[in-house]
Amino acid sequence: MCDTCGCNITPGNRELAFRLAADGAGAVTVLQSLLAENDKTAAHNRAHFDRRGVLAVNLMSSPGAGKTRLLEATIDALRGEAAIAVVEGDLETDNDAARIRAKGAPAVQITTGSACHLDAAMVHDVLHRIDLDGVDILFIENVGNLVCPASFDLGQHRNVVLLSVTEGDDKPAKYPVMFRVADSVLLTKTDLLPLLDDFDPARTEAYLRDLASVAPLLPLSAKQGGGLDGWLAWLRRELTARRGLDAGQSAASPS
Amino acid sequence: MHELSLCQALIEQVDSVARRHGAVAVHRIRLSIGPLSGVEPDLLAHAYALAKAGTVAENAELELVRSPVTVHCTDCGAETDVAPNRLRCGACGTNRVTLASGDELLLMHVEMTAGESRKGASHV
Repeated sequence: MCDTCGCNITPGNRELAFRLAADGAGAVTVLQSLLAENDKTAAHNRAHFDRRGVLAVNLMSSPGAGKTRLLEATIDALRGEAAIAVVEGDLETDNDAARIRAKGAPAVQITTGSACHLDAAMVHDVLHRIDLDGVDILFIENVGNLVCPASFDLGQHRNVVLLSVTEGDDKPAKYPVMFRVADSVLLTKTDLLPLLDDFDPARTEAYLRDLASVAPLLPLSAKQGGGLDGWLAWLRRELTARRGLDAGQSAASPS
Repeated sequence: MHELSLCQALIEQVDSVARRHGAVAVHRIRLSIGPLSGVEPDLLAHAYALAKAGTVAENAELELVRSPVTVHCTDCGAETDVAPNRLRCGACGTNRVTLASGDELLLMHVEMTAGESRKGASHV
């Protein structure tokens, strides 16, 4: 939704939108998203990625679901095929960025202090510290949290949400805001499934479909290397689609 | 607890509206919040009390209007109110629906006392 054409007036607030104050005070109708400023910066970030032909992916999950482990495995698997850079978001430490650099990929760390999510401005600030020339995929590893990060557009092209099998199979029903925005849901640590008789991946998928989501649910174990193929195939498809889009855009514009 | 940062954005927007209209005080701010916006209205109300201190909205009441989650069915065309974690058509049950309402996080209205030169209601 935008803040200019009136599309942010929905059946839920239409009546209110035009009900003005009756007490004689000056009443101004604004109809502006509280996230308008963030969304503006996010659009700016996205344009920056588009200009450089970079696919930007926002990784979100609870703490400890395996985001960094997934990135390590992905960098190894795509070595020589796609160049990866990473923006790491954590409350404290640059341990995760160090793990990514150890794999040979550039990484910058955002330490948010007490902030529970990344926002577009934080990502914008670190983009000046990362050279995107030659980069194919920029992963933005969000702060581990299934609530707040879902509300903030960072300028990414795709949202990927990880759910580890130790967390419970009903997470999509408990955190609909997060799982609704996922373009792909990764079921991680599936090597532990034999030990967890109360986790049913079919139930996770049913809850996900209840959110009107068409995102694929891809099971994998980044540690054991199992099931990475589905994830890598999804990523390659997105990369190809983005390259096609970028080529189309540059063909359309003479400059 | 991202409600505090949203409140700061809210105060900035209200301040900008008030300045544009030469307002001397803001009385009431009305927000529309949907359950799928990811914002908890009670937390937002608490954060607002902190964020408004010392601003043009210092004495303004925050009215939070909770919008329903409504889906539009692309199969049968029905528009039904549903639970935030069950986005299926209330009439035919399919999940081929689009969200018509429920993820709003909107500043709807600002009521204020205009300065001497700009009295009266206005529309932007």
